[in-house]
Amino acid sequence: MQATGFDAWALSLVVFLPLVGAIVMMVIPKAEEELHKLVAIVASLAALAVGIYVLINFDYDASGELQFVVDKSWIDVINSRYIIGLDGLSLPLLVLSLVVVPLCIIYSWHHIPEPGNPKAFLILILILGTGMNGTFVSQDLILFFVFFEIVLLPMYFMIGVWGGENRQYAAIKFFLFTLFGSALMILSFLALFFLADGTLGGTAANTFDMRALPAAATVINSTTAVWIFGGMFMGFGIKVPMFPFHTWLPDAHTQAPTVGSVILAAVLLKLGTYGFIRIAIPILPEAAVEWAPFIGLLAVIGIIYGALGCLAQTDMKRLIAFSSVAHMGFVMLGIATLTEFGMNAAVFGMVAHGLITGMLFFVAGSVKERYHTLEIARLGGLLKQAPKMGWVLGFATMASLGLPGLAGFWGEFPAILAAYNPAAGLAEETFRTYMVIAAVGTVLAAGYLLWLFQRTAFGEPSDEFADEPIDDVLSTEWIAWGPFLLGIVVLGVYPNLLFSITDDTVVSIAGLVTAAVGG
Amino acid sequence: MMLLAVFDRPSIDWHAFAPETVLLSALLLVLLLDVIFDERAKRIIPTVAGAGLLGALLPVVTLAVDGQDRFMFGGAFAVDDAALVLKALFLISGYVVVLLSIDYIRDGDYYENEYYTLLMSSLLGMLMIASSRDLVSMFVALELLSIPAYMLAAWRKGGPTSNEAGIKYYLMGVFASAVMLYGMSLLYGVAGSTTFADIGLAVSGEDASPLVVLAILFVVVGFAFKVSAVPFHAWAPDTYEGAPTPITAFLAVASKAAGFVALLQLVFVAFVGRPDVVEPLFWVLAALTMTVGNLVALRQENIVRMLAYSGVAQGGFMLVPLAVSGDAGDSAITAVVTYLIIYAFMNLGAFGVVMAVARKTRSGQISSYGGLFSYAPGLAVAMTVFLASLAGIPPLGGWFAKFVVIQSLFDAATVSSAVLGVIFAVNTVIAFGYYARVLREMWFSPVSDGDSTPIKVPAAIATALVLTAVATVASGVLPQLVGRFGDISTSLAL
Repeated sequence: MQATGFDAWALSLVVFLPLVGAIVMMVIPKAEEELHKLVAIVASLAALAVGIYVLINFDYDASGELQFVVDKSWIDVINSRYIIGLDGLSLPLLVLSLVVVPLCIIYSWHHIPEPGNPKAFLILILILGTGMNGTFVSQDLILFFVFFEIVLLPMYFMIGVWGGENRQYAAIKFFLFTLFGSALMILSFLALFFLADGTLGGTAANTFDMRALPAAATVINSTTAVWIFGGMFMGFGIKVPMFPFHTWLPDAHTQAPTVGSVILAAVLLKLGTYGFIRIAIPILPEAAVEWAPFIGLLAVIGIIYGALGCLAQTDMKRLIAFSSVAHMGFVMLGIATLTEFGMNAAVFGMVAHGLITGMLFFVAGSVKERYHTLEIARLGGLLKQAPKMGWVLGFATMASLGLPGLAGFWGEFPAILAAYNPAAGLAEETFRTYMVIAAVGTVLAAGYLLWLFQRTAFGEPSDEFADEPIDDVLSTEWIAWGPFLLGIVVLGVYPNLLFSITDDTVVSIAGLVTAAVGG
Repeated sequence: MMLLAVFDRPSIDWHAFAPETVLLSALLLVLLLDVIFDERAKRIIPTVAGAGLLGALLPVVTLAVDGQDRFMFGGAFAVDDAALVLKALFLISGYVVVLLSIDYIRDGDYYENEYYTLLMSSLLGMLMIASSRDLVSMFVALELLSIPAYMLAAWRKGGPTSNEAGIKYYLMGVFASAVMLYGMSLLYGVAGSTTFADIGLAVSGEDASPLVVLAILFVVVGFAFKVSAVPFHAWAPDTYEGAPTPITAFLAVASKAAGFVALLQLVFVAFVGRPDVVEPLFWVLAALTMTVGNLVALRQENIVRMLAYSGVAQGGFMLVPLAVSGDAGDSAITAVVTYLIIYAFMNLGAFGVVMAVARKTRSGQISSYGGLFSYAPGLAVAMTVFLASLAGIPPLGGWFAKFVVIQSLFDAATVSSAVLGVIFAVNTVIAFGYYARVLREMWFSPVSDGDSTPIKVPAAIATALVLTAVATVASGVLPQLVGRFGDISTSLAL
């Protein structure tokens, strides 16, 4: 079912409006800094406005089906098409990305990191926006791949130019890890193209159409499917990042400028987990069952390893980065159960982690700007010097450790619960063990987060900063942070808001797994 | 009397010949203008040359619209879709090279008119090689494109490196020609005919005789020099570094493309029945060329040498589909032609930036690119586009070029193609290392010599950069634009 009228253009506008803004900015001279900020915010808000139109006109009773579908010819020679569409799985993540980009631009209004140059910085943010939005709406593997990769270079430059002291190493590490993963991913996509029989799914024999592939891929023999899944596992797993491919993350997060860290945590990491739920599992459910215990194992290792890593950190930003590894572990555990419950929790976890960790990085960035250090040992007494910021930090840490009533809880708790009863075909004993380990992880999380809060916010300001005037939260910061804080509370109090949207799609994906095991 | 009676003038289809005729006329016009107006002609010569190249493009378009395959001289000269696509590629690359040359040649106090004459002669050879389906016409075309190039490589006569470039290129080229000619003579001995179609029939069959193997080997080795495939690449870096930069761009793109065009015709027409000989040969060449080119490129300090080795490695990527020519068939032709087209734009663009930057820094060191982004953001972004495209990062053209190559490997689906695929993938990641080094200098490093006055880019180079950058981005975002040309080129396999 193809969309008509404005609906047919809506998603394309959402994807490409930021890019249009970037192109406009390229021709404006560098000296017009205020104008650049204006164009950037207008472009990103325009995309958000169209996004809100989509949100209003989305048929929530049919959230399991793709809506706003556009299917146009793109690369005929390889039978790849420009197919975009939106369902209950894509919608929350698209909205997350649409909201985060303008907020990051607002935050940058007075916080362009060294060495300045708002023009280039904002252009990179907008290109990132196009890449992220595009990934969440693509329904063709090659289109997905192209958008997935578009984010690479802007993030590379963002870390490398505007990052901290060790930025060059962090930037190249981020780039090479991801590039390696995507090389294997594209090989898997090609294998699907040649081995799957598209006629079963209603298109040409060789196809990259993600709508047709779940049916088309049933003809692939199971050994090959396991290999193909492996390629995608590398591509998506590095992006998530899963243990043991996580080593790029702490470096990238620590060195990236604040806004870079926020975008990385809030949206970029989700490209990986989204890929698992959207592509790998529905297309190769049988292989997913083979891989699931292994993925679950790496997920719980990630949870514990991330938590232990956190306890050892002396740098606030690096600590938050390791907590990301742990939190994404919960998301991956939810996915590995292959159940409706677990995957719903995973999607919720992605959004919640995006909001909460994004918020934490914002606070860390602002702390760094005021104190010029993030060394936990040198900080302290934030509640005295900047009480509002102190409370925001407290709020975010509470949300991050999974306090019921805030968003973080609904990502972690159901994921753990889902491991009690994994999908048919998975060993219950294994997953129940994972469950116990993950539960221990939540205790550790409470430990390191509370400890972080205690060391930075409580007590007296350290001597070196005691006499310095520290600004409390500025108005641009309130504007940038407000929606994050609001989102954390609203989703925490009324989680069904999100679950009701994602459920239909997730049920059908879980159904594919059940069918594959049963048949 | 008897002879005249027997000689039957072959019918000449002037429409089919029109691109060559137009280019030849323009060439002669340039020569005449020089003779008549001498110094005063200098100002208009590049314009005439450029117009001649674009003018030759017109009949290419009308022939394409006509869409009919035309054969002349007993099948020795063919005009089909494949030939037209390649002719258009040569003419457009030639035009970009002219744009890049104008300021370089004028400012350098070199002979100007002769330069353009030779450039156009070489291009004429390229147009002909795209159509030749016979050993003799191919050899003549090859020499027509090579001999002017030897002279152009030595155009900076004052500099010893340029002389070295010319003489090395010449000696290696002549040696390669000799080897190739020997192979061709053996082929003629086997087939009793010089047309590819007849050779194709004669060399196919149950088992390859040692004679046929030797003949194929010699001919392929000859062209391996032309496309600077390892281990026949030794001339390339020295020649590239010493030659005038626009000529380096010309050699790295157009001349290399000509070599590939000849290889395509040989592999898919003349040797089509002998995949058992051709495939292993190209497998080894491709694997060596990719790997050695990349590893050596990692160690380069000079940007032109780096681009030279990167060009060697890229040539290796283009050889990959030939290694599965028998199993993959048409998709291998599509892959090579698509890669050639995209490679031409991104590589010419990269050389364009090198020339623009060298006008200010007077240096070819990679370290001289430090801080380029801070004082010449336009050039830095353009260079980023070209290098990222060469590295194969979406959404820039290079990704699609690499994609079609992998696709041809999947199409072949043999064990050897899988192994080659792994080598290909590893090399793609290695290649990013040296491209990233330039990116790092441009974006992350401080200004190398402290001089951050903006760079003034001459209009002609700017035009060339815009043209190539737009083509590079467009072929990545809408790959169908290029892919279609790759696709129709399969008409080559008769």
